[in-house]
Amino acid sequence: MAASRPLSLFRNLSAKIAAIPMILTALVVFVGGTLWTVAYSFTSSKLLPKWKFVGLDQYERLWDTRRWMVSIENLFIYGLCMLVLCFVIGFVLAALMDQKIRFESAFRTIILYPYALSFIVTGLVWQWVLNPEFGVQGIVRSLGWQSFTFDPLYNADIAIYGVLIAALWQGSGLIMVLMLAGLRGIDQDIWKASRVDGIPAWKTYVFIIIPMMRPVFITTLVLVAAAIVKVYDLVVAQTGGGPGIATEMPAKYVYDYMFGGQNLGQGFAASTMMLLAVLIVVIPWAYMEFGSKNRG
Amino acid sequence: MKSIRTILTVTSALCAVGAAQATELEVTHWWTSGGEAAAVAELAKAFDEKTDHTWKDGAIAGSGNTARPVMISRITGGDPMAATQFNHGRQAEELVEAGLMRDLTEVAEAEGWKDIVNPPSLLDACTVDGKIYCAPINIHSWQWLWLSDAAYKTAGVPVPTNWDEFVAAAPALKEAGIVPMAMGQQGWQQKGAFDVLMIALLPNDIYLKVYSDKDAEVAAGPEVAKIFDAIDQARAMAADSNIQDWNQATNMLITGKAGGQIMGDWAQGEFAIAGKVAGTDYHCLPGLGNKNILTTGGDAFYFPVLNDADKTAAQGELAALMLSPEVQVAFNLKKGSLPVRGDVDLSSANDCMQKGLAVLKDAEPLPGADQLITQDTTKQIEDLMVEFFADPSLTAAAAQERFAGIIADAE
Repeated sequence: MAASRPLSLFRNLSAKIAAIPMILTALVVFVGGTLWTVAYSFTSSKLLPKWKFVGLDQYERLWDTRRWMVSIENLFIYGLCMLVLCFVIGFVLAALMDQKIRFESAFRTIILYPYALSFIVTGLVWQWVLNPEFGVQGIVRSLGWQSFTFDPLYNADIAIYGVLIAALWQGSGLIMVLMLAGLRGIDQDIWKASRVDGIPAWKTYVFIIIPMMRPVFITTLVLVAAAIVKVYDLVVAQTGGGPGIATEMPAKYVYDYMFGGQNLGQGFAASTMMLLAVLIVVIPWAYMEFGSKNRG
Repeated sequence: MKSIRTILTVTSALCAVGAAQATELEVTHWWTSGGEAAAVAELAKAFDEKTDHTWKDGAIAGSGNTARPVMISRITGGDPMAATQFNHGRQAEELVEAGLMRDLTEVAEAEGWKDIVNPPSLLDACTVDGKIYCAPINIHSWQWLWLSDAAYKTAGVPVPTNWDEFVAAAPALKEAGIVPMAMGQQGWQQKGAFDVLMIALLPNDIYLKVYSDKDAEVAAGPEVAKIFDAIDQARAMAADSNIQDWNQATNMLITGKAGGQIMGDWAQGEFAIAGKVAGTDYHCLPGLGNKNILTTGGDAFYFPVLNDADKTAAQGELAALMLSPEVQVAFNLKKGSLPVRGDVDLSSANDCMQKGLAVLKDAEPLPGADQLITQDTTKQIEDLMVEFFADPSLTAAAAQERFAGIIADAE
């Protein structure tokens, strides 16, 4: 059959047919939906989408809105702290776990357990823990330290850190497990070699182990970053955006204006800005990560 | 392929059989507090008894801000309920324009709604292009100041008779350990109180210029500045009321923990359920006692377009039933609202409702804010008020400047 070589299009035909539903989903739902949303963010759509072009009006209003600015600021604070603390806590826990300790699986289960809870449950639990009358503050005061004050959810200046504590409690277990898997993937010979050379353990971690764990870090980064941008349910359950607008998040703004405010155009404009923010981070990274290899 | 077709035929035949039986109408609403639920039960009872159909209750917990998105996405998503509550005005405007709501003109003509609905502005709010799209069920007015006699007795000051006395009495209440003003920390309650102050403390034309003509200059002017001073006072008085829902706030009054609350007449249902008597346990001041005025907003039922002929007929029966005299009296007595028709006997109504009826008879009717501004603008003002009440460093003047900006952009 060498005479008629099959067209490359039909090579491995059954696999290609099997992939059609996924390709269609990706094109129509993800790409199509995104383009539609961006296009309608330039309209004055209210309750129902209507093609009435108004240029950049929705964006001008968006960046003029105090609540949106507070949301962006909150996302920035929350995102930065979450990223750094999640990595540090996750890695330290994993390194401690990797010291061939007893009852390792018991500890691992305990630390990973919060991840099995939804954000809604996490939010409600921490709402009570941080409640000044019934939570931490109440307990410490009942022990005798009357002036002790710890009520982050009732103080607009630090409320966002109250949300951050809950998110860290929920999320760092998963990061620990990922890091632990990475650590276990390191060849034991490396440790032996560094011990022979007399290199201290912390130096081995920082200069040898961490650079070797690059793929794990990238995976973790993607997971954490995605969780940060879409944070919504935690805030709704824990603070409802309050006190005032102190813990508002962009995703909540999108929902509130699309459905509560019956202003689709405004919601679309806000979600387009969220997409843009993600693209600004993802594109240079993807270029660095994959671009060079393809050419090389 | 053939088998799929058979399944489709059989299932569609089954659907047709199901529809031919006595119909069940799903009715969605956000009436879930004690007094409200009792009022809905009256509606359901009347519908089950007087027609062959059954009422399927679709209560959605939370305030209207939670319930409305659910209702709207069901209607636009092709899974409409048989009837749904909205505050009449502009909330369902676009759904009507998109042809998703049923035209009730026939029912309205048969029942003579034009002659019985009073004030007629209620029916006007249901009318789009000369056709009637909703059945008004009650008149709700926001402009009430509720006062707890027990709280004022504890503080040793007489129960105020207007807003200024209420503000003046606040320090005495604070000294006695009572919160002067109960206010749930939700935007719609805070924005509601703001609108009430504007209507009660200023001449009507200022309110209309701001909300109806969207005159940003008036909104930034010295008259409206007085309202921002008043809401600033309200913020100080409500600083210690750490609650969310309006009925929790009303409960603070019932238990004597707070002095007063600005809330619509639906608060009365809570007093009634708690067995409190108007005039001895609590007082109510329409128009905050400063002005003889009540706006005529309220609740109305909208009926989405359905493909099912039986259900459509049942919708008509439900709409007619809602405006019938017996249902109007039974429902509104429980709900604490006023009936939409002037010809029913309300001698069994209590002190506060009689006051409300008297005000409606004399004063010229004023449209509620829901009828004048869109949900979008409402939401923006709510956001502003939420921030204002939570952040004492936001001054009245700065808030007014932003309010004027919102009004300038409003449609």
